[in-house]
Amino acid sequence: MWTRIAARIRAFLQSPEFDEDFDREMESHLAMLAEDNVRKGMTPEEGRRQARLRLGGRTQLGEAHREHRGLPALETLLQDLRYAGRAMRRDSGLTCFVILILGLGIGASTAVFSLIDAVLLRPLPFHDPARLVWIGNRDVDTEGVSGETVPVNHYKALREQNGTFADVAAFSPFYRTGDDKLTGNGEPQRLTGLQVSQNFFPLLGVQPILGTQFSYEDCQFRWNSPKVALLSYSLWQTLFHGERAIVGRQITLNDTPVRVIGVLPRSFSFDSVFAPGNRIDIYLPYPLTEQASRRGNELAMIGRLKPGATLASARAEMSVLGPRIRRMDPDRNFQLLLSPLAEHVSGHLRTALLVLVCAVGVVMLIACANLANLILARSATRQKEMAIRAALGAGRPRLVRQMLTESVLLSCCGAVAGLGLAFAGTRGLAQLNAFRIPMLDSLRIDAGAVAFTFLMALATGVVFGLIPALQTPGAAGGGLKENARGASQGRKQHWIRNTLVVSEIAFACVLLVGAGLLIRSFLRVLDVNLGFQPRMAATMRVDPGAQFSTRALRNGFYDEALRRVRSIPGIQAAGLTDVLPLGINRSWNCGAKGRPYTNSNLPPPIFVRIVSDGYIRAMGIPLRAGRDLAESDAASSKFVILINENLARTLWPGQDPVGQILACDKDREVVGVVSDVRHLAVEEGSGNEMYIPIRQTGDYSSVDLVMRTTVPLTALALPVRRALREVDPTLPANEFHTLQDLVDKAVSPRRFVVMLLAGFSAFALVLASLGIYAVVSYSVSQRKREIGIRMALGARAGEVQAGIVRQTLLLAAAGIALGMAGSWALGRTMQSLLYGVTAGDPITFAGMLGVLTAVALMAGYLPARRASRIDPATILRAE
Amino acid sequence: MGEDKSEILQGTLDLMVLKTLDAMGPLHGYGIARRIEQISEQALQVNQGTVYLCLIRLVQKRWITASWGTSENNRRAKFYAISKTGRKQLAAETENWERVSNVIGRLLQLETRS
Repeated sequence: MWTRIAARIRAFLQSPEFDEDFDREMESHLAMLAEDNVRKGMTPEEGRRQARLRLGGRTQLGEAHREHRGLPALETLLQDLRYAGRAMRRDSGLTCFVILILGLGIGASTAVFSLIDAVLLRPLPFHDPARLVWIGNRDVDTEGVSGETVPVNHYKALREQNGTFADVAAFSPFYRTGDDKLTGNGEPQRLTGLQVSQNFFPLLGVQPILGTQFSYEDCQFRWNSPKVALLSYSLWQTLFHGERAIVGRQITLNDTPVRVIGVLPRSFSFDSVFAPGNRIDIYLPYPLTEQASRRGNELAMIGRLKPGATLASARAEMSVLGPRIRRMDPDRNFQLLLSPLAEHVSGHLRTALLVLVCAVGVVMLIACANLANLILARSATRQKEMAIRAALGAGRPRLVRQMLTESVLLSCCGAVAGLGLAFAGTRGLAQLNAFRIPMLDSLRIDAGAVAFTFLMALATGVVFGLIPALQTPGAAGGGLKENARGASQGRKQHWIRNTLVVSEIAFACVLLVGAGLLIRSFLRVLDVNLGFQPRMAATMRVDPGAQFSTRALRNGFYDEALRRVRSIPGIQAAGLTDVLPLGINRSWNCGAKGRPYTNSNLPPPIFVRIVSDGYIRAMGIPLRAGRDLAESDAASSKFVILINENLARTLWPGQDPVGQILACDKDREVVGVVSDVRHLAVEEGSGNEMYIPIRQTGDYSSVDLVMRTTVPLTALALPVRRALREVDPTLPANEFHTLQDLVDKAVSPRRFVVMLLAGFSAFALVLASLGIYAVVSYSVSQRKREIGIRMALGARAGEVQAGIVRQTLLLAAAGIALGMAGSWALGRTMQSLLYGVTAGDPITFAGMLGVLTAVALMAGYLPARRASRIDPATILRAE
Repeated sequence: MGEDKSEILQGTLDLMVLKTLDAMGPLHGYGIARRIEQISEQALQVNQGTVYLCLIRLVQKRWITASWGTSENNRRAKFYAISKTGRKQLAAETENWERVSNVIGRLLQLETRS
């Protein structure tokens, strides 16, 4: 069996040698046969003739021999490919155009495929990720991240008492970029640190490439035990130049010595999974102590299911265990929500990505319809060629196969171009840190994507090649006759072509509506009144160093720093805050002083911001009543507070809030009311907010300086840094961010989808207009004679034009009607992606109608004008 | 030529060629074709080219070998010889053939009696 196949392959590869050998053998056979015939008494000529007859048809015999010894299927394929290659070269313009369209379409498909692969399909880069479960909390009494986390004691209880998880790990999501200050290693640097439970890395199956994991001792936080840290791979490479000796060395973090015990592998990226768009540099143990538990909800949990346990069984257990744990601390709401980790990480993007998949699918369908039309038009000109081939004995299946080979060859060329495009595109995307989309950095074109591309090419080639291929006439088609295109054949082709164009328009219409709705949502989001002015404002991390060890010293630092920064020319206002909008949020439950609150009637959750005077002016938050905080609202003076309008309405509806007392950490007098700020997300309204003077509390863990300027922000970094260094020489070389950056990052996933979808629909629009143009101009060229005759009989150019434009608009109307229905259905599924517009947004639909009609008019007008210039005399003479 | 004559089954032709080579020693394609015609006393007159299709198949199966040589009339010709595996195959096929023809023969006898 195998020897035969090997022999066949050899024979196939050495076909010319085998042919020659066979020819010589035939010669010798003929010669011998002829000799024998002569011996039997024939003349030499008659002998040779008889010999040839006896041996059989030489060409057929050679063909049969080749088929017997070689790989006939492959041979036919190669022959078809050679032929297709020749046909492509002959029509090089058309070929380039088709390859370009296919390349764009297939490239986009491949890019979207690898995006889906990276974000949704590929398992998370942890050990056995299917068993990982995100254990969230829903604490309805608090808001923001506070409401999704649990306190240390709850975590400990859950970890010890559950029976379905092999282990439960935790980390604190309350970290902020640049929380930790590294000194003693060149310039002071701000790092972002993440606090994790001791078992965090073992649970995920992450092994340090150097050094060890956190030990039990490392996490006990005894007063005399040394502090330890694990470094991220990128920090190790950049700041410590990949020195292996770093393990065991002490570094100075937040002015205290910390021992580096290991380096995590490059493949581990906390940020790309849990905090896309951020960067974690260093990992520290979280103190699982009583004291930490009093700080409230601080931990996010991940569990690993025991073998045999399922998410359902874990949920069942939690519904029993949850209330039991809650009884430990009845004041604190505790309701566990379990979801697969992958779902938690990227589930919220599924709809958006699904929309992209549909979009790219629709683009491919349009491209296919377009190309089918093109090939159909060309096959009309090739009808005679096909008829000749059929007459020479090629069967209809053989001709169909030839046509399909041509279209698949085209689409494979397109795939190669598309692959290059997708490769460049995904590389660009993966390196962008601007989009808050998980796993984006693992985006790449891998073997799977390449396989997908070629499957796609094959499918595309068959889809757009099949309709024209099935139009090839059989041998009985009579295509050899001059002017053989019978009326029925013409009408059928015409019908197919029109259907293709109508479906192109319908698909383009759906895409346009989808993109239109998303663009309108995006504009609405950008248009939202954030409550602050992101333009011309910058922020910088300015946590006071360890030398400012008391509140008085720190307040002195703030006074001095603010004074110096404000004196820099170009700075209009400056202030301090512990949290910037669109980041981490914490909330406290506080109420009006003297009002009775019970367990069932808790005071409302209020977002807490610790700020200095000048903050609301620097942010551009309008003051609605009362006054701003002042430098004089210091530790020793009366406790005061600012609240937002929402809180004023909640606590003192219909009353003047200024002068009322709010009971939070202290009893504080409301001195002013400011407008609401969208702190959680651009799309989400603001809750209750309060602003506590930074000089009157110690309950904050970071300080950001906010500046409003009149000069370009880049010109400001240096003088600000210099001014601050005068106050605190150990201040790290902090990065400057603009408030606009914060907003941009927050809307980046939306921007991402909008950009891609807008690109796709622009492409679709171009394809659809080309499709209309091609069909109309083809029909004009077919009807040349008719138009000529009509004009000779007195039809005016304008009438001819109007007729053709009417025909175009009819096609467009049919397509738009179909597309409207489709987009209406699509709009429903996209509901969750929309903001501020409804799925049936009339402006979007009207816009789509306008754009498509305009495009159809354009595409129809050009051929119509050509038709109206037909000279009847020329046409009639040609008859 | 042999168009109206019964078509020879592929396997049968294989067997004939193998047996011919086994009995006569190395032969060229013309020789084989002539030999088969002679033995069958012209009952099996085939399109002589068909033999070559069979020959290439047998060569590819390694049941026979081929090499260029010189004929009795001093002519260059390709000579075929049966190989060891070819002999084994021949033995197997022969046995098979005999069994089948026995069965058929008995069956046909049955039919004539009734």
